[in-house]
Amino acid sequence: MSGFDTIVEGVLLGGVYALFALGLSLIFGIMRLVNLAHGDLILLAAYLMLSATTALGLPLAAASLLVVVTMFALGFVLQRLVLERVLGDDILPPLLVTFGLSIVIQNGLLLGYGADSRRLQVGSFESSSVTLAPGLSVGLAPLTALVTAIAAVALLQLIFYRTSLGRAFRATADNPAIAQLMGVNERNVYAIAVGLSLAVSVIAAVVFGIRASFDPSIGPARLLYAFEAVIIGGLGSLWGTLAGGIVLGLAQAIGGRINPEWQILAGHLTFLAVLMVRPRGLFPARRA
Amino acid sequence: MSVESIRIPASREERPADLPAWQIRVGTRLSRVAAVAGIMLVVALAALPAIASRNLIQDLIFVLTMLTLAQLWNVLAGWGGLVSVGQQAFVGLGAYALFAGIVMAGLDPVAAIPLAGLFAALIAAMLGPLLFRLEGPYFAIGSWVAAEALRLICAQFKSLGGGTGMSISPGELSQMFGLKAVQALLGLRPAAARDVLVYWLALLLAVLVTLGIYGFMRSRHGLALAASRDNAAAARSVGVRTARIRHVLWIAVAFATGMVGALVYLQKARISPDAAFSVTDWTAYVIFIVVIGGVRTIEGPMVGVLLLWGLVTYLAQHGSLYLVVLGTLAILIMLFMPKGVWGAAARRWQLQLFPTQRWLGRS
Amino acid sequence: MTALLNVTALDAFYGDFQALFGIDFELDQGEAVAVIGANGAGKSTMLKSLAGLVKSRPDSIRLSGRAIGDASAASIVRLGLALVPEGRQLFPSLSVEENLLIGAYGGERNSPWDLAAVYRMFPVLKERRRGAVTALSGGQQQMVAIGRALMSNPSVLLCDEISLGLAPIVVEDIYRMLPQIRAGGTAVVLVEQDIARALRAADRFYCLQEGRVTLSGRPKDVDQDTIRAAYFGA
Repeated sequence: MSGFDTIVEGVLLGGVYALFALGLSLIFGIMRLVNLAHGDLILLAAYLMLSATTALGLPLAAASLLVVVTMFALGFVLQRLVLERVLGDDILPPLLVTFGLSIVIQNGLLLGYGADSRRLQVGSFESSSVTLAPGLSVGLAPLTALVTAIAAVALLQLIFYRTSLGRAFRATADNPAIAQLMGVNERNVYAIAVGLSLAVSVIAAVVFGIRASFDPSIGPARLLYAFEAVIIGGLGSLWGTLAGGIVLGLAQAIGGRINPEWQILAGHLTFLAVLMVRPRGLFPARRA
Repeated sequence: MSVESIRIPASREERPADLPAWQIRVGTRLSRVAAVAGIMLVVALAALPAIASRNLIQDLIFVLTMLTLAQLWNVLAGWGGLVSVGQQAFVGLGAYALFAGIVMAGLDPVAAIPLAGLFAALIAAMLGPLLFRLEGPYFAIGSWVAAEALRLICAQFKSLGGGTGMSISPGELSQMFGLKAVQALLGLRPAAARDVLVYWLALLLAVLVTLGIYGFMRSRHGLALAASRDNAAAARSVGVRTARIRHVLWIAVAFATGMVGALVYLQKARISPDAAFSVTDWTAYVIFIVVIGGVRTIEGPMVGVLLLWGLVTYLAQHGSLYLVVLGTLAILIMLFMPKGVWGAAARRWQLQLFPTQRWLGRS
Repeated sequence: MTALLNVTALDAFYGDFQALFGIDFELDQGEAVAVIGANGAGKSTMLKSLAGLVKSRPDSIRLSGRAIGDASAASIVRLGLALVPEGRQLFPSLSVEENLLIGAYGGERNSPWDLAAVYRMFPVLKERRRGAVTALSGGQQQMVAIGRALMSNPSVLLCDEISLGLAPIVVEDIYRMLPQIRAGGTAVVLVEQDIARALRAADRFYCLQEGRVTLSGRPKDVDQDTIRAAYFGA
């Protein structure tokens, strides 16, 4: 496998990581909430997709729509019933509640679905490849992941910068008390944000679940990758998060090329290195 | 009601006679009773191996080591504001350092324990400056990433078992300091004697750590730490060296955590990266103990570990169910009883066995 | 005729600390009322209570007869009461135009104040509509803050120290807009430390001192000494 192939693989992998990271980045940005259950929620979405496609027998598109709506609703309710009560100046309660949630979801999935690895079956899509240029052939699934990531960021940017809701998000992130004076209902804004985050995670789950097999215990690793992508990219910028994901993907691909056992470690070390030399990330948004 | 009091000496020689002195009281009568009861309990626990079954001793090792880890996490995260979700790093490092010491350097296992702690402390000292660039919740995940990185690094050492791990043969442990004495004293075979030895060391460590933390929180350094957590800028403005205190605390906690890791894996005599660096075993349980028991109290983790023990014993046969229960309980407690079981009881009935709050009053 | 805004025996607390003690206050349609007082007298607290940032007994504040003392700030804006907060408090992540647009988020009506109307009143904002609010001068930021509040088309506009930190000539420019605002059907409450300015612009006034109303009336009916005594609490 040539060096160029490694780069391509890294970039495509980065697309998946960016998708993991988007939901997390959204909640950081609007609510300053770190959701330790983020990875496990992605897994939950993956398992719901599994049930929708196998037990309910729905085709991929319909299943995705159903699960997106379900997860959005779940996020909304989660915020209103649970997370809302612990938001505040003390960092311990939200961390502990989301950590508890992580454990509950992981083990709940274990009890419900068992520990065996599963995968979303979508026929030949998984293994087809597409030729982009002479000599350059990439897997269709990973390419879709990258394209989806870019589309997702573009869509979210659209929401944030061209809609009334997006203005409300940004204003609430700046100053929740004054945003209320504008008629923005803070509680609903947060609930929509969490719902949106979970909906985006469904996209991540679908893309991921097609490509690789999953089991209930791999949630936390997704959280760590998502987190690393956000920090490497820089806080406050969705395009930055995409870039961060790609950097992480590249680091892992290169590390894995040198020694397959070093793939994940290379990612962690890159994260720590970025932290050392550029603590604010590579592309932080300038906050006035 | 009699109280222990700490008298502040008058700073000026000529103080008007009719001006009352200010006192800061820290003790209560209940705490004096509790102190006596505590000493009796420790003595009873020490004598326990004479009559207890091996299973009970092993259970108590679990309880004592989890309690120690919980007290340490409590002082770091509860009082110190350094919410780490990566303390499993130091458990793992201590455990691996112990194994390395025994297998590669031929050290006496008991002597290797404090060295393992030192190794963990060393790594903590190196990681600290890096991780402290992250604030609050980011620090939490950052510490988790660091733990994962360390797990993966340890898995690279084939001489220590690589990814699948290794065991230490009983032969290598048979010459352990004190083992023969325990065997003779209680008439036990080497493996059971090792359990008892580890048990006593765990008891010692738990007592030292608990008293150490208690003493620290009663001292002005503990007060400085709590102030730094509440409002770092305000604390600095009165001369508290916030960064320094946090650094020292972080390293000290890593030292003790490393020793716990070494102890646990000395008893198990078998190590693997996934087990030694497990988030569930060394962080999830610990956090739940502290949260459910009562954060920012010394008594809280004690209550929490007993609850955990009961829960694990009672639900053990149901597999992951008890983790679901534990997690749900932690969430509910955080939502509705944020001071934990002990915190709520203490507030209701004005209990303080290990009082750390200061009361300002006139003499 | 019942007043547009009717405040009866309003108390306000920050935790255990009581900031307002039984304030009585009235505002009729189309009126401009000044609230003056020294620092800490409770003027801002009063406006925050009216706007819903500080909660009080439901019936201590009535807007068009409706009890709003414990209503949420977001719902009070929908009912037609808007606050221009002390210190402007614009949203740094939003452009000038976006800051104005978000003001309309909670509004039930979109006339007479829409983006075009605000730009007609403050032409300089139109030139800089896409820019960052942080690049504006103090006076221009104050214009944005006022425009933002007007975008919800309130029947009551509360202005918390809009002259604070601004040069006199700039303050003149801003106060010159008041008649236009009133002409649009909005009653105005002006909280100021600058007594002369406030009394010139207002039909009636209240003076607050340590959380209580010490004097109220028409500016022309009261002399300097009486005001001074009420202001400082002789």
